[in-house]
Amino acid sequence: MRNAYMTDELEAIYEQTVDFVAKEVTPHGDAWEEAGKVPREVLQQMGELGMFGLRVPKEHGGLGLGMLASATFSEALGASTFAGFDVTVLVHTDMAGPHLINSGNDAQLAEWVPKMLAGEAIFSIGVSEPDAGSDVAGMRTAAVKDGDGWRINGRKIYITNAVYGDLTIVAARTDLENKYGITMFLVPAGTEGFSVANKLDKHGWRCSDTAELILDDVWVSDEQVLGTVHRGFYETMKNFQNERMVLVGMGIGAAQAAIDMTNAYTQERKAFGGHLFDLGAIRQRMAMNQAKVDAVRASMYHAAWMHDAGQDNVKAMSGVKAWGCEVVNQVMYDCVQFHGGMGYMRESAIERMYRDARILPIGGGATEVMLEEVAKRSYA
Amino acid sequence: MKVVVCVKQIPDPADPGALDPESKTLVRDAKLILDESDSYGVEMALQLVDAAGEGEVHLVSMAPNNETAGLRTALAMGAASATLISDEALKGSDALGTAKVLAAAIARQEPDLVLAATESSDGYTGTVPEQVAALMDLPSVTFAKSVAVDGGAAKVQRQTEAGYDEVECPLPALVSVTAGVVEPRYPSFKGIMAAKSKPVDELDLGGLGIDAGSVGWAGAGQEIVSIADAPAREAGEVIEDEGDAYERIVSFLDDLKVL
Ligand SMILES: Cc1cc2nc3c(=O)[nH]c(=O)nc-3n(C[C@H](O)[C@H](O)[C@H](O)COP(=O)(O)OP(=O)(O)OC[C@H]3O[C@@H](n4cnc5c(N)ncnc54)[C@H](O)[C@@H]3O)c2cc1C
Ligand SMILES: Cc1cc2nc3c(=O)[nH]c(=O)nc-3n(C[C@H](O)[C@H](O)[C@H](O)COP(=O)(O)OP(=O)(O)OC[C@H]3O[C@@H](n4cnc5c(N)ncnc54)[C@H](O)[C@@H]3O)c2cc1C
Repeated sequence: MRNAYMTDELEAIYEQTVDFVAKEVTPHGDAWEEAGKVPREVLQQMGELGMFGLRVPKEHGGLGLGMLASATFSEALGASTFAGFDVTVLVHTDMAGPHLINSGNDAQLAEWVPKMLAGEAIFSIGVSEPDAGSDVAGMRTAAVKDGDGWRINGRKIYITNAVYGDLTIVAARTDLENKYGITMFLVPAGTEGFSVANKLDKHGWRCSDTAELILDDVWVSDEQVLGTVHRGFYETMKNFQNERMVLVGMGIGAAQAAIDMTNAYTQERKAFGGHLFDLGAIRQRMAMNQAKVDAVRASMYHAAWMHDAGQDNVKAMSGVKAWGCEVVNQVMYDCVQFHGGMGYMRESAIERMYRDARILPIGGGATEVMLEEVAKRSYA
Repeated sequence: MKVVVCVKQIPDPADPGALDPESKTLVRDAKLILDESDSYGVEMALQLVDAAGEGEVHLVSMAPNNETAGLRTALAMGAASATLISDEALKGSDALGTAKVLAAAIARQEPDLVLAATESSDGYTGTVPEQVAALMDLPSVTFAKSVAVDGGAAKVQRQTEAGYDEVECPLPALVSVTAGVVEPRYPSFKGIMAAKSKPVDELDLGGLGIDAGSVGWAGAGQEIVSIADAPAREAGEVIEDEGDAYERIVSFLDDLKVL
């Protein structure tokens, strides 16, 4: 058993996912990075295998599992070493999908869940804006009532899966009196006035598509309101811990792969009459990296378990997000270092993994924001 | 139609463990996994049942420590149920001992067709399926690359060095399947969840009505006299091309009598 929180089924899900990415993702990843796109075929194949349904309740065709399943799945995806692929999947299943699952009414669930499960429709979540990132209260995109629907105007930026995806869950201000008076809307790609202004060119996650979006007088019907009017921010908060966790999970999966790769490389690479790994400075640092990754992994599963056991895990998971994503970057830094010049070459996997890791302490709640969440809950 | 597939659960080849110098056998205390060789038989059986439009796939495995991890993988792929035979007295079983146990377990299922791999990935004597067939008095077809069931007969394409033979035999029969001839499906996540509640009938020798003296170390016709490390690979010969490399390679291969 990989850890105390595992069940036989989660273990099998982990192994199955690792096996799947090793065969269907890693061999093609370089081409996808080049193309800036994860092919829809592989997402549909995952859909057919039920890989998008871990968190979807059984009555809607999923497996109805909890946060531990997302921890397991995200860590296993990380083994692909292509974080751009991992995040494409996890935004769909664990960052956008849950909003629909948590707040969708029967008609919305009936319309979108089967397509989500099958990978026929890929989801994105549009919160961030040019002037509102960490501080969501700065949101300018606004929706005003118009007949039996709403008219939305504004811009969204850094939206994963929104270039090639099919449905964006858009946050827009609806109550001008209240800074958190936000409503979520289901906005399908192709809606009139809703367009991709820019496919963004990124440092890492290159096979993941990231959009700058324009909403220019976009009209949506009342049926496209997700959840309660003005309550969107609070409803979205329900999924924050899960969102943070899967970023750590994919990071830890990748960090473990990087450690394994680097240990193998330094054990092969001859220098000073032995191998690089024989040097105390290297073996000790890699051993410490392993210990740190083990610690982050353990605390991540623990924070997931707290949620599944009905406990409040905001402080725990925020700490895991802050510390875990920093650890992943420290590990990647060392792994590049011990690959020497090879680690700086575009052809090496570690060079890509190093770039991919950099976003983790920024996105989904920057380290400093996460630490505030811990600090706020640390008064004696 | 009922198809029984023999599936061996083996140590993970990525982490094969060590030989015990005392018993001179593999230490098998870590989790065992489905032998990849058998994943082809499982896939083929599932396809045959699909094609027949009715029936089910049953698995039979003999393994130490009541191991079911490898069986669960095959159940997650879609097999309906399994029989597992586990008994302390099976320690040291040779291929014939194994075949006796499998034959007894398979017979209880009254299958129309039995599939096995041509050889396992760890032991690879490649003898168990034929011994099972002999013990059960079933026709045995080896090295199948494709199997179809037509009425009461199996139509098998049997791999040969030159191509394949077309063989037909009456059912029930035992067919051993060559690795790589079908693409084993990935278990779906639903399959994985469903596998835990599929029935696995766990039997010991008593339950099968087999005398412990006829299997295990007691019944084995083989003895392991010594174990040694495989010799390290010697450095190869480097032929530098000065325009005649192909001739030198051909004559080198000629000397080895591989041409
Ligand atoms: C590749 C990528 C994909 C993304 N995908 C999505 C998506 O799918 N959907 C979506 O809505 N958004 C997405 N984002 C946006 C992401 O969530 C934001 O970038 C993030 O929330 C930070 O916001 P910001 O960029 O505006 O930085 P700012 O808010 O301007 O912050 C800049 C830096 O200031 C520091 N900082 C911020 N707040 C504090 C504080 N309170 N105390 C101390 N320091 C602080 C942090 O170090 C932070 O990194 C994505 C971003 C990227 C780069
Ligand atoms: C020294 C020694 C100790 C052993 N100890 C044990 C023990 O403690 N417990 C135990 O259960 N077995 C034990 N075995 C049996 C062993 O695991 C093999 O099952 C047996 O030797 C078959 O040999 P093989 O792998 O060469 O079969 P092969 O003839 O190469 O196998 C061909 C095919 O037959 C089928 N098959 C073979 N073996 C099995 C099996 N066990 N279950 C289901 N299908 C099978 C598979 O489809 C396989 O691919 C021991 C064997 C030896 C030699």
